[in-house]
Amino acid sequence: MKHLIDILDLSREEIEELIAVSLDIIGNPEKYKDACRGKKLATLFYEPSTRTRLSFEAAMYELGGNVLGFSEANSSSVSKGESVSDTARIVGLYADVIAMRHPKEGAPLVASRVAGVPVINAGDGGHNHPTQTLADLLTIRREKGGFEDLTVGFCGDLKFGRTVHSLLSALSRYAGIRFVLISPEELKLPGYLVSDVIEKNGIPYTETESLDEALPELDVLYMTRVQKERFFNEADYLRLKDSYILTSDKLAAAKPTLSVMHPLPRVNEIAPEVDDDPRACYFRQAQNGKYIREALILSLLEVKV
Amino acid sequence: MIIGQIKDGIVLDHITAGNAIRIYHVLGLDRLTCTVALIQHADSKKMGKKDIIKIGQVIDLDFDVLGYLDPGITVNIIRDGELAKREHLSLPEKITGIIRCKNPRCITMTEPGILQQFRLTDRKKKIYRCVFCDSEAPKEI
Repeated sequence: MKHLIDILDLSREEIEELIAVSLDIIGNPEKYKDACRGKKLATLFYEPSTRTRLSFEAAMYELGGNVLGFSEANSSSVSKGESVSDTARIVGLYADVIAMRHPKEGAPLVASRVAGVPVINAGDGGHNHPTQTLADLLTIRREKGGFEDLTVGFCGDLKFGRTVHSLLSALSRYAGIRFVLISPEELKLPGYLVSDVIEKNGIPYTETESLDEALPELDVLYMTRVQKERFFNEADYLRLKDSYILTSDKLAAAKPTLSVMHPLPRVNEIAPEVDDDPRACYFRQAQNGKYIREALILSLLEVKV
Repeated sequence: MIIGQIKDGIVLDHITAGNAIRIYHVLGLDRLTCTVALIQHADSKKMGKKDIIKIGQVIDLDFDVLGYLDPGITVNIIRDGELAKREHLSLPEKITGIIRCKNPRCITMTEPGILQQFRLTDRKKKIYRCVFCDSEAPKEI
């Protein structure tokens, strides 16, 4: 039985297949509207989520299936102290596939060992969020036509940003990719990712504190939030916070073909005026999340259309 | 110093000098009732100095634990005074139930009945990571 716990559980070929199915769903939604009739998705969300939970639910409904679950731990037996294993074992008796978000790292892996049905990691603390990475990959594929020979800039909190870590690992498997890591000193990419992922795969990369300097060379800009509480002192935060806010003025120096991505939610790191720029693709990225989750559900349930 | 030969038992040879006492305690050899000899800083052609542990009976040893503690160890099983088996250890790919994850955000901190597991991610640097949260294993058991 297959689960999706970590993006690296999927081979390049499996990701290509999911993207191909997503593109077919986008082009021929009618073909898939009864694909999961009679099947149930359980969404076990132990902490709040808007996009991820609703896109999973929308995905299952679009496939003709049904959804059950909870959206906060307080409304389940978890509040009585039930373990992740027991909850997963029970829900596996009621549903055909489980999507789980949990604040503890590794909780979906624990669930996958006992559930008896496929388990999808919908975010485990600051650890993994593989379906966000799938949405990011589908977005790059649709916006750029492929993954090879791209200069991808990651901007903001590269130290704690799980979406950055997963996407960077997934993109490291493609030829001709180049990374520009844009962050303050305090929020640089962890050393083990630089050595074990980037350098191990022989990927050219540069590190800079300046978004302005990096922008002109980028094909993709992946923005993340810089949170005040991540800084050791307020002076550094005040010095750097504005330099990581993307505005129309800053974008003037970027390529006309740039794609601006963001896993959302944003706070103030992308000015609302940028939303109308055709290079802003973060809302399309959120929509792609639904399509790729449809493809993933079909794959894990082994439904052929 | 003369330590007698054993008839049936185990000799842990080529232990990194100074490491034997730690291995003695982690393997629980202090709870055995047979003869156990612990030799520290013995001369070694190969290593310069080494430690040796001799155990006066054949017991079940967890080679994964031993390999994790000191991958250079040679395990000699002695039966009727003869060498019956020799094992050269190496770092195990996976270690289970030996070390605890220290990451407070790891599910193993709160989930009851869960077995701690770590996988080898860098043989050269001897780095193990928790299979649940990917945190690096603590260096000491």
